Amino acid sequence: MRVATIAIHTFKESVREKVLYNLVAFALLLIGAAILFGNISVGIERIILITLGLTSISVFGLLIAIFIGIGLVSKEIERRTIYNILSKPVSRVEFILGKYAGLLLTLCVNTAIMTGGFYVALFYQKHSLNGEDVAFLGAVYFILLQLAIVVGIAVVFSCISTPVLSAVFTFCLYVIGNFSNDIQALGGESGSRVLGVCANVLYYLLPNLGNFNIISRVAHGASIPAYLWIGNSLYALLYVTVLMSIAVLVFEEREFR
Amino acid sequence: MIQPLTSVPRPRLQRCACWLLLLLSFSGLISVQRNLDLRRGSDAKAGDVLFLPPGRFLRHLSLGYEGLLADLYWTRVVQYFGGKRLEHSSEFKLLGPLLQITTDLDPHLLIAYRFGSIFLAEKPPRGAGQPQEALALLHRGIVANPDYWRLWEDVGFIYYWDLKDYAAAARAFQAGSERPGAMEWMRVMAAKVAAEGGQNATSVFLWSEIARQAGNEQIRKSAEDHLMAIEAQEEIRKLNGLIGRFNAREGRRARSFQELVLSGYLRAAPRDPSGVPLILDAAGCVRLSPRSSVDLNLLQ
Amino acid sequence: MLAVETIGLTKDYRLGFWRNRVRRALDRLDLRVEAGEVFGLLGPNGAGKTTTLKLLLRLVFPTSGTACILGQPLDDTSVRAHVAFLPENPNFYDHLTAEEYLGYIGALFGLPSALRRRRISELTGQLGLASSLKVQLRRFSKGMIQRVGIAQALINDPDLVFLDEPMSGLDPLGRREVRDVILWLKARKKTVFFSTHILSDAETLCDRVAVLHHGRLQGCGELNRILALSVSATEVVIESPSPDVITEVMPYVSSVVRTGDRVRLEIPDEGRVETALEVLLCRGTKLISVNPVKKSLEDYFVEKVGGSGESSQRVTSAGDSNS
Repeated sequence: MRVATIAIHTFKESVREKVLYNLVAFALLLIGAAILFGNISVGIERIILITLGLTSISVFGLLIAIFIGIGLVSKEIERRTIYNILSKPVSRVEFILGKYAGLLLTLCVNTAIMTGGFYVALFYQKHSLNGEDVAFLGAVYFILLQLAIVVGIAVVFSCISTPVLSAVFTFCLYVIGNFSNDIQALGGESGSRVLGVCANVLYYLLPNLGNFNIISRVAHGASIPAYLWIGNSLYALLYVTVLMSIAVLVFEEREFR
Repeated sequence: MIQPLTSVPRPRLQRCACWLLLLLSFSGLISVQRNLDLRRGSDAKAGDVLFLPPGRFLRHLSLGYEGLLADLYWTRVVQYFGGKRLEHSSEFKLLGPLLQITTDLDPHLLIAYRFGSIFLAEKPPRGAGQPQEALALLHRGIVANPDYWRLWEDVGFIYYWDLKDYAAAARAFQAGSERPGAMEWMRVMAAKVAAEGGQNATSVFLWSEIARQAGNEQIRKSAEDHLMAIEAQEEIRKLNGLIGRFNAREGRRARSFQELVLSGYLRAAPRDPSGVPLILDAAGCVRLSPRSSVDLNLLQ
Repeated sequence: MLAVETIGLTKDYRLGFWRNRVRRALDRLDLRVEAGEVFGLLGPNGAGKTTTLKLLLRLVFPTSGTACILGQPLDDTSVRAHVAFLPENPNFYDHLTAEEYLGYIGALFGLPSALRRRRISELTGQLGLASSLKVQLRRFSKGMIQRVGIAQALINDPDLVFLDEPMSGLDPLGRREVRDVILWLKARKKTVFFSTHILSDAETLCDRVAVLHHGRLQGCGELNRILALSVSATEVVIESPSPDVITEVMPYVSSVVRTGDRVRLEIPDEGRVETALEVLLCRGTKLISVNPVKKSLEDYFVEKVGGSGESSQRVTSAGDSNS
């Protein structure tokens, strides 16, 4: 399938980005350092390691997603390598989907590496791993869902504007997305009905990344309820579909002068 | 062969399909989100706030934006507390931890100490019923803001009202009165509380002060409710006394306020401070009407 | 069958911040390219040649008008499996080796891997790239990039090949290679559609040409017919003539150009050529060549293009290796 071809090509290209290695190395370093932090505050070493470790995976995954995602399409346009690809029997839809899938694949691999490091650190701290440590994979899964949405956003912006602006917008949307609950609450609390409605509209339009924040929950040993698994997976799938539709609609009309 | 067209045939079908997919997915999104919110409503809206990292920790992570984060947490306190009241729930499990985090992030967020302590101390359903927690919060506030005398006022108030520890209350008012900018009545309060303890006049004085100075609508309303309760209780007590005298003189129990009016004991049918008429129950005691908005439970 | 057909193909670009200014890059272009011919799209820079190619490849979309490639409307993506495109100054993925890049392109065409490998080795052998297969594209010279470009264009054995200024920036060797490829394609009955502003290339290679200027078609037709409109003179080149030979032959001659040992005489009247030649040969002058002087493509071009009110751009016939 052509989408797979483009995806694998994108994966290989992303993997050659040097910055990727820097970020992953940094993340692993941070996870290692988390063990030190834990030693400072008595009694919550494990919680600190888990919180910091999972947060690092999330944050660095985000950085990678943004850094590579913004250039996915715009770089090809800027360097004119895209002329050659689109003149082949490759539809623009396939191109966009392939790019997205490639970056997602890259992120999965990176996250896997960082998660591996995380488990190593966990093992080092406790000198054992048991069944309940599997729960953290759930947190990692949710992090990946979150990243899937961020990558989608980055791809959409990559089709529209320059890399710098794309990075800024994507990052802003990420931050706002984490506070979408508060935005809705603020709108509800305020006296004005108009504000309330606007806040509600924003709430549904923006990606509710807060849904995926279960790091604290998992750090305290609580389980992840079933409805959250299903709900979040569905949400991510639907939101990514929306994003890809937008990207395709935009990209189909794009002209390459 | 080519069909001679004037406009360019773009893949319209594909565009329509794309739009359709977009709109369908979006509506699916909305329903999934609503579903999630519903499920989380009781459990996890508290739930994801429930597992909060320690405040000090958060402070270091926030990279200099502690003030912003503190405000955010404060917003959540207000929202959470408001939400809880609306649901008439008597659980305020999270109020304490939320306030803790807020004040850890921004030790100078005075309203968090003041507002938080009042509603921590108040008995359910109006508050969390945790006066000791409230005191702990206020003491931390005092450590961080030693010159702010109002925190002492709040401490004194909790000792006086919720814990009925008049000696401690007096000491708190005294300490507060020595702070810069403290108002005159703090010393008066110290003296009065030490001398007269649980008298109604003292309470009325305290609540009136609070109502007068309250910057926050909820605090002011709470103070006025307390004042009305005290007034109502006093009124009822006086009426009961009156009825007792009537019963003794007439040799029978009064059956309605009309009788008292007609016999000249009262000028008019009595009303409670909120304007709702009081009622005389079957046992001959004066009671608040069920329609009344005065809440005598405040006085417990 | 027509390889390429356009009817009223028009492209307007909206410029300016408010998108209120319109620049017409292509104005109602009507073209017909037969299968198996080599077709040249000529014009000065900015005439609309690249725009035409991009429209045909759906890199930009027409404002109005239609076009067909190999009998299929433009929207049909699948027809591109039989089409090749080499852009001007092509950019490929720098970090890939030639082999990897060609493999990627082959995969995009849906070629099975065995076929892909065979084609890659055939093409790279033909184009002299065999030794550079494992070298990263960023290390390639311009000429070699062009060869890679040709290889990726031909990997699917296309029926129709689009080339945008294929000779631009190449040294004579490179240009010769491109020329050979085009002739090779023609021998295999493929259709070649290329744009250029180098007239001598068009002269050597094209069956038909079209001239574009300011987005409008100025003229189109078979090269022979365009150029054979008149045999305007005959050119005779002699070596080291004695001065009185020149004097004697002067009445028949309209111009004398001396270059080193050689003298070029131009004889306008066809009837006098024989006489002039007799004179020269009687004197024992060494004859180098006798050629009809046809109207050159440059003349045709300048006539079509140079006449407009705008400053006409002098287009050069690069090199003289073909005379």
